[in-house]
Amino acid sequence: MSFADFISLGPLITLFTAVVISMLLIAIKRNHRITYAFSLLAYLMALTAIIPAMLYIPHTVPPLLVVDEFSLFNTGLVLTAGFIILLLSYNYFEEREERKEEYYLLLPLATTGALVLVVSRHFMSLFLGLEILSISLYGLIAYLRARERSDEAGIKYLILAALSSAFLLFGMALVYAFTGHMDFPGIGAALRQAGYIPVTVLAGFGMMLIGIGFKLGIVPFHMWAPDIYEGAPLPVAAFIATISKGGMLVVLIRFYLDIHGNDYTMIWWMLAIIAVASMFAGNWLALMQQNIKRILAYSSIAHMGYILVAFLSGVQTGLEAISFYLVAYFITSIGAFGVLIVMSSSIQDAETLKDYSGMFWRYPWVATVFTAMLLSLAGIPLTAGFIGKFYIVMAGVNGHMWFLLFMLVINSVIGLYYYIRIIAMMFKAPATGEELTYIKPSLPVAGNITLMLLTLVLIGLGIYPTAMMQLIQQMMKIIV
Amino acid sequence: MILLLLILIPLAGGLLSWIAASRSALWSRCIALGCLLINLVIVFQIWATKPAAGGKWLYHFKAEWVPHFGISLNLAMDGLSLLMLVLTFFLGALSVLISWKEINYRVGFFHFNLLFALTGITGVFLTMDLFLFYFFWEMMLIPMYFLIGIWGHANREYAANKFFIFTQAGGLLMLLAILALYFIHGANTGVYTYDYFALLHTPMQQETARWLMLGFLTAFLVKLPAVPFHTWLPDAHTEAPTAGSVVLAGLLLKTGAYGILRLVLPLFPEASVHFAPWIMLLGVLGIIYGGMLAYAQTDLKRLIAYTSVSHMGFVLVGAFSFNPLAYEGVVMQMIAHGISTGALFIIAGALYERIHTRNIQEMGGLWSKVPVMGSAAMIFVMGSLGLPGLGNFVAEFLILLGSWQANRWITVFAAIGLVVATAYSLRIMQKVFFGPSHGQHVLPDLNKRELVIIVALVMAILLLGLYPQPVLNTTQKTDYVVR
Repeated sequence: MSFADFISLGPLITLFTAVVISMLLIAIKRNHRITYAFSLLAYLMALTAIIPAMLYIPHTVPPLLVVDEFSLFNTGLVLTAGFIILLLSYNYFEEREERKEEYYLLLPLATTGALVLVVSRHFMSLFLGLEILSISLYGLIAYLRARERSDEAGIKYLILAALSSAFLLFGMALVYAFTGHMDFPGIGAALRQAGYIPVTVLAGFGMMLIGIGFKLGIVPFHMWAPDIYEGAPLPVAAFIATISKGGMLVVLIRFYLDIHGNDYTMIWWMLAIIAVASMFAGNWLALMQQNIKRILAYSSIAHMGYILVAFLSGVQTGLEAISFYLVAYFITSIGAFGVLIVMSSSIQDAETLKDYSGMFWRYPWVATVFTAMLLSLAGIPLTAGFIGKFYIVMAGVNGHMWFLLFMLVINSVIGLYYYIRIIAMMFKAPATGEELTYIKPSLPVAGNITLMLLTLVLIGLGIYPTAMMQLIQQMMKIIV
Repeated sequence: MILLLLILIPLAGGLLSWIAASRSALWSRCIALGCLLINLVIVFQIWATKPAAGGKWLYHFKAEWVPHFGISLNLAMDGLSLLMLVLTFFLGALSVLISWKEINYRVGFFHFNLLFALTGITGVFLTMDLFLFYFFWEMMLIPMYFLIGIWGHANREYAANKFFIFTQAGGLLMLLAILALYFIHGANTGVYTYDYFALLHTPMQQETARWLMLGFLTAFLVKLPAVPFHTWLPDAHTEAPTAGSVVLAGLLLKTGAYGILRLVLPLFPEASVHFAPWIMLLGVLGIIYGGMLAYAQTDLKRLIAYTSVSHMGFVLVGAFSFNPLAYEGVVMQMIAHGISTGALFIIAGALYERIHTRNIQEMGGLWSKVPVMGSAAMIFVMGSLGLPGLGNFVAEFLILLGSWQANRWITVFAAIGLVVATAYSLRIMQKVFFGPSHGQHVLPDLNKRELVIIVALVMAILLLGLYPQPVLNTTQKTDYVVR
């Protein structure tokens, strides 16, 4: 490896070195506070490591990895999201778990997996990144062993993720069998040379789509999402909703661009059907739920569908839209889970709709934050989610995808209903004589500050998105 | 700059009054009222000092916002916007006054929502950037939702949800149309912008223009509301607190009418002509069907809500008859309807406060007990049925006069609507204030605060009816195009 390689992969290297060091730290002395502080520091250092890496872009580490503006942007996004999730975790685990230090190994490790995904352009690195991510997640999801649902969720994820990995591998093998390449550009070139997609490769792509679709949680590979969201510790659920999906999405974009996916109508249609199905299934099923974690799970399925619409538009605006939407979605999801985290007591997570009844009048501040987050998910003005949705619709109009856009509009309206229902629940005046399951929130200071910052960023982006848009526009230079 | 102020003052006032509520509710009310009065004075000042300026645009303000997309903070005011703003702040100030006693919990948040909604409405009336138009359009929904959902009556959540989902669905279609227009204009000229003035002359194919126009129109028809899209309105009106009803009927519905005048007709002139007969038919359906439904109601607020459907049908008929007289009538109707229906809702609210029912079967014979309220109601009911001397008469007369030249049969049926209006209007008076008295209601007449409100409204409607010239003059200085 050359010096430039080291610098370019700086964030990645910093983070996994930190994992090793914190493992040693735990071996020497178990101390929650120290481990926590060290992990925060590690994330900050990894974030700073992006700055020198910018000097060398675009840089490839052939044949596995590529560091360009696009990957650095997403690296920053993943790291920031990880940092915020970590901030929200301290109290949550302090109150619930005796052996909480290992969490600080698994979370950065999973983040590392996502970082590998972000920079990979080869089947090997894709698979490696995916497995680092998945295996850490098995542990993370089942972390609160004492809870019944936690175990169940962990095992469910283990079995399904292993199965989907197998599909992914089989798919890769099929693609390799025909094209003789495992790096994305090589596959693209081979396909272009052949001029058509043979059945083997199509089957391979299909199988890979199962693996990738599982991680993204899109229909019909979404079955795991609600159960795992429900069973996992809240910070981990936030992690799955954002970083795990974001990382996979980035790699999917790169793959799709490298193989010139838009040239093959078959692939396009496959994804378009999945997008429509995801939007409808996600939103319809979310309507039926009484549990906020499950609502968020189903709504995230729908949001992946929205993102796919921009993805399929096949225009530059579409890529920008995805990046902006991801930023907005990261903020919003982490914020929403953050609200659940600060509202949860050590005995019971605040997760049923009923827990939030009349919350605005008891905890006005947290309720305001939650309202902002939900409105952003619904795409209402003054929030980043609105600009994000606007951007996506714009990409769709630009790509003349009227059918998909009408589906998106219909679904936005359906989605509105369940977001509004949660908000209405929070603003409900408590009826006299009615007994409510009042949750006793812990409301940690750090969590509250984090939420405040997230809300400020959310509204800031909603009112003045220009700076972020310009940044994204600069960052959208992908090596094809 | 003054235009930006008009938007910022209620916004800041809303936040302030929310904060102030923790100290005292009175402060919160005073701040809200003060901000709206300041704005009212400003717009009156403009109206008084710029009566006969040469250009159509009185003020123009432009600043960059998201240059990346060609979105700018583009505000402008002409006669139409000016009149709408006068109405906005007038009714806004009255809404604060009317909720002085009615709203007694979460006072700060109430005023925040009220002023925030008014900010959105102000923005809609001022902006000349289509992105911003959509932004403000959506912005007023959330506070309206809260106004209905928190301070409303028994069935408030259902009504609030319905209102929100209907308007949002329409709004999203408008968003698609706005974006399509943006890209078509960009592809043709190379300039990607949401600027209203630039988009005015976008060359495009007939068929495209028709589709886009339908996108815009859906949003406005939902808001207006025209007949197949009207079902949210009675629910929202019935459940909303009095101030909410006043803002809804007086202002929110007007944003739909304003959108038709400002966007649909100028942006898609040919497509408008193409669809005009059908839309006028919708308008007439609204007039007659809304009136008939109004007659069948027993809930007083619901009754008044359906009369709105009927009256706004006239707007639709007038707007699509492409006739200067009709346009003046439409603007007049927007203002007169805002005032008379707002007043009726205020009276309904005052009655509800006293006898705790909105069922007109349980009322009756109230005149002898509350003569002042009765005579006020009489004036506005007469306005509603179009009695000469009141603003509504001028409006409906002008509209019928204008649409006669465009489409006779439609006009004939629209005029039949006036008969229906007479029927339901007289029914209100008969059932509520005359006839046999049910129950032994002991109720006080209007107090001083309510008297101030009602007198202001009576003066306004009389002035509109007796001396409509200033309004008509201002209307003529408007830039909607009759081609």
